[in-house]
Amino acid sequence: MKARTGLIWTAIILLTVLPLWFAAVPPAEPGSEAPAAFSGADSRAQQAIGAIAPDYKPWFAPLFEPPSGEIASLLFALQAAMGAGVIGFWLGMSVARERRCAPPAPKQEAHAD
Amino acid sequence: MHIMEGFLPPAHALGWAAVSIPFLAWGLRSMARDLQAHPERRMLLGVASAFAFLLSALKLPSVTGSCSHPTGVGLGALLFGPAAMVPVGFVVLLFQALLLAHGGLTTLGANVFSMAIVGPFVSYGVFRAIAALGLSRAAAVFTAACIGDLATYLTTSAQLAWAFPDPVGGISASFVKFAGIFALTQLPIAISEGLLTVLVVNAMARFNAHELRTLPVMAHVKGNAA
Repeated sequence: MKARTGLIWTAIILLTVLPLWFAAVPPAEPGSEAPAAFSGADSRAQQAIGAIAPDYKPWFAPLFEPPSGEIASLLFALQAAMGAGVIGFWLGMSVARERRCAPPAPKQEAHAD
Repeated sequence: MHIMEGFLPPAHALGWAAVSIPFLAWGLRSMARDLQAHPERRMLLGVASAFAFLLSALKLPSVTGSCSHPTGVGLGALLFGPAAMVPVGFVVLLFQALLLAHGGLTTLGANVFSMAIVGPFVSYGVFRAIAALGLSRAAAVFTAACIGDLATYLTTSAQLAWAFPDPVGGISASFVKFAGIFALTQLPIAISEGLLTVLVVNAMARFNAHELRTLPVMAHVKGNAA
């Protein structure tokens, strides 16, 4: 079980890191400059819409836009931290509960895997 | 990656909102009823929601040279049924639309439909089908979360293709184009989401075996104790 958990984590990390080397630079849409590497898929879609329907104008703008890329990352990090915080609380609580309830006889370490 | 603010014509925006609202009401009711009957499930529901919050904030690089993020709603759909994840997905999307300029208020209905309705329902269906085949819990969880994630982005592609048909090839040509952007990017990310979901379900099986056994969905899986 433990070895498999390690294997799964390795696979997740590789799936995330490998594209950084092997991804091809995306082709430019006709009528617009080449998109930046590793931009969001939604900005890529925005360019595709520009190519399909050049006359389309977005009819509504976001009410609030993060004033800079840094602020946007701050807010995304905040969102991730909230999720990770709850999951961490649950894992910590579960490990503590398991330790307290476990029979003391077998000397076995409780690990969250 | 959701449909950007203002990028669906008003008729489409309204239509998707009208489709999504009944699901949202259904989800809220089913969630409230479930928690009232089983208050001990609150913790796991909180973890499933937190998982969706965490995963949809992570923009990961992909093979297409662009970035996208997983949705994280598959986990909750497997545990609590697909309807329970509609309100959760709605809150995540609302947060991102209001504070992050990611997605949008006018496209909220369409994005709720793809991420909070199609994703969870497909995940749930795939999970039930694989469990019925008698495969292991890990296989069922992985495939369900992975396919549900892909289904979300295929839906996004279809929604955009419908709104912006190609002048020459029509909706299908447009769909191929948008799917090339969204679904292809999503492939490795969907696999990662499937694997992460397996890890969380394994942890739940270890720490919350009792609660997990009482969930109606998990009763369909053979070898639940493993």
